[in-house]
Amino acid sequence: MTRNLITPAQNTWCPGCGNFSIQHTLKDILAGMENEGRSLDNVVLVSGIGCHAKIADYLNISTVYTLHGRTIPVATGLKLANPELTVICCAGDGDAYAEGLDHLIFAAKRNIDLTMIVHNNRVYGLTTGQYTPTSPLGFKGKSTPTGTAEYPFNPLELMLAGGATYVARGYTRKMPQLAALIRQGIAHKGFAFIDVLQICASFFNMTEYYQSRVYDLAGHDPADFDQACKKAREWDYNRDAPIALGVFYEKGYPAFNDRFPLKKAMTAEERQQQIHDLFVAAT
Amino acid sequence: MKDISVLIGGRAGDGINSAGAVVAWLFSRLGYYVFVSTDYPSLIRGGHNFTMVRAADHPVGAYNDRFDYLVALNQETLDLHAPHCPDCIIVANADQVKKPGSGQTISVGEILKEESAPPVTGNSAMIGAFAKAAGIPWKTLEEVFTAHMPKAADENLRVARRAYGAVNTVRPVPVLGKAPLSLITGNEAIGLGLASGGLDSYIAYPMTPSSTLLHYLAGNAERLGITVFHPESEIAVILAGIGSAVAGKKTAVGTSGGGFCLMTEGLSFAGMAEVPLAILVSQRTGPSTGLPTYTGQADLRFVLHAGQGEFPRIVVAPADAGEAYVWSDAALRLAWKYQVPSIVLSDKSLSESTYSLRYEDLALLSIGERGTAGDNDVPYRRYRTTLSGVSPLAFPGTTGAVVKTNSYAHDEDGITTEDAALVAEMADKRRRKETALIEELAHLPCVSTGGKTDAPVALLCWGSVGNACSEVAAELGLRVIRPLVLSPFPDRQFTDACTGVERLIAVEENATGQLASLVKEHGGRADATVLKYDGRPFTPEELKLRVQEVLAS
Repeated sequence: MTRNLITPAQNTWCPGCGNFSIQHTLKDILAGMENEGRSLDNVVLVSGIGCHAKIADYLNISTVYTLHGRTIPVATGLKLANPELTVICCAGDGDAYAEGLDHLIFAAKRNIDLTMIVHNNRVYGLTTGQYTPTSPLGFKGKSTPTGTAEYPFNPLELMLAGGATYVARGYTRKMPQLAALIRQGIAHKGFAFIDVLQICASFFNMTEYYQSRVYDLAGHDPADFDQACKKAREWDYNRDAPIALGVFYEKGYPAFNDRFPLKKAMTAEERQQQIHDLFVAAT
Repeated sequence: MKDISVLIGGRAGDGINSAGAVVAWLFSRLGYYVFVSTDYPSLIRGGHNFTMVRAADHPVGAYNDRFDYLVALNQETLDLHAPHCPDCIIVANADQVKKPGSGQTISVGEILKEESAPPVTGNSAMIGAFAKAAGIPWKTLEEVFTAHMPKAADENLRVARRAYGAVNTVRPVPVLGKAPLSLITGNEAIGLGLASGGLDSYIAYPMTPSSTLLHYLAGNAERLGITVFHPESEIAVILAGIGSAVAGKKTAVGTSGGGFCLMTEGLSFAGMAEVPLAILVSQRTGPSTGLPTYTGQADLRFVLHAGQGEFPRIVVAPADAGEAYVWSDAALRLAWKYQVPSIVLSDKSLSESTYSLRYEDLALLSIGERGTAGDNDVPYRRYRTTLSGVSPLAFPGTTGAVVKTNSYAHDEDGITTEDAALVAEMADKRRRKETALIEELAHLPCVSTGGKTDAPVALLCWGSVGNACSEVAAELGLRVIRPLVLSPFPDRQFTDACTGVERLIAVEENATGQLASLVKEHGGRADATVLKYDGRPFTPEELKLRVQEVLAS
């Protein structure tokens, strides 16, 4: 059964928003999965709060529209409960790198098998334009009218240090590559992290800047951790430098669920017998 | 009435807890009901720890001010406690004690040396000495050591035997000869109750006094078939709990007040998204870090109101391990039946104390399950409006079901809406669930009435304080009214329980009388309050004096 992958919910993203590209990329990936005979019943999309998160309303698959910064723990609970689920997290940069930062690092540490797509427009959009953890130094937002006094995080470097086993960067205006990165992330057994550069048409339109600096990683060995770190540091989200796109790092490693198997379900009678025995053992 | 209290004291790290446990097993084997409570500071080694074992021929759930036996592992124990028990039988470790007074001493160090036994068996010498002083038959020691430390029973028995032979019996305890009961802590009972309610997963971050539930379920995870997970923070705990429940696993989380602060955003999410989840909140003295290892009842208002917005929640407050078992089972079942968060509100006294009970005596409450989504639910709508307000439940992975769980105001499909009429309609749906829940609770014993049930003066209390109240009420001829369910408040049952009450005295371990004010909100009236908020539970003796003062006024 082929389902309509888009819900009737009215789309409220601004014209030109990078979120459209991510939504269509995901829609195409899902359609492709269905065409390959894979059921979409086992796919769950988890979103945080912010413009990006509306994707939960727009895609006609099971979703959990969570809280700001909290995609990862909810997704972790889903995988803990049902390792068969294909879990895709969509999070914003404010969402994942500010309030959700601890969870993100722990997802990398745990190598939980899910795909984290960060819609990184480097600004808070829905709250009308404040700086985020990846806004450049001196960014003038509504909460920092004279410019920020802090450097941005380099999320790729952070994730490499955290132990992520798949680290990639995409760009919303390179959709075929973005689709390939997400597909590979979903296929990756373990924590797949994809920082997606997108523009905020209303508050931080970086189109020209990105267009002239992005390039594809070619001849790069994603198995080489040191090389991955070096490439990740080439552009630190602040200084002017070429911006590499592609897979920076990938390694095969047991995922959290491989080391943390679910306990075997028991019948109510078996359970009650065990409870009885524990009471008796305590006499 | 037989009622015997033993205090065992020493430094943190001396194994006071396990010594207390062995003494409890001894009394249990002699046919006594046992209550064990520990008093320890928030540190790992050093400081003063003591365990109080109370053994009686009737169920008890509070410790006394007075003691019959004092087992002193060090001088500090004697200095602190001997002045308060002039007719105590004292046994002390001669190596650590300079002035044992009228007590008997043994040299633990000498015994260990002579028996070539490791230091870890030292407390067995003290237990042997205590047992002899209390006239406990040697056979009983053999039984207890063999049953509860099977790997090292011989070594410990050799050490205990030396001490047993070295002291005299001073005040023999009567042998009651009844079959021993199970000795279970409040948190163990909560764990077993949740397991009985169908628990699949327990998720928690360590925080006293809830941690022992995490330890107990982790230790019995294989046996009970429960997945136990300790993530990075309480924020992660409750959100992972929500994810786990959304995926169809019956899940509980546990914490104390500070961790519950972090959980409130997740609690509100569960309320809006209608995610079933059971939450243990074990209170300790606050505010803030407060006294991490001491008790209190100051979080009632907090758990009743935690989270932004309005949504139904279940709050139950058991008084002892038996109730903790029964109501934890119910809390998980009710959470799933009505797709609401439920809170088991405990405290340090209940969570960490040990109680005697018998599995066969624990009658679980009858709570049916609501069916999950079926053929009539195509297309599946997560928040389909129904008469009861409860929507059919399906989980991601269900064939053909698009399950949309949403923290925003949403429509029946789980898609975000800001439509005024829809927002109100869904709020009404959630309120209807509360109405249905109240109807179900009307058939369950939500208010406990004890003591002299037709007395015109009643003690009003909740949670573990109920045990001291029962004792005082029995002595003074008072009634005890104790709501077990605090949300939704059982108005009807409470009113019935108050029939004929002329004077209602609220007894609580907080500074503001939180239950008294809750009762007032529901049309009742507490005429006086007896409050304690120093981190220590009411002893029956102290409570009796305080209640008598009120009665005389």
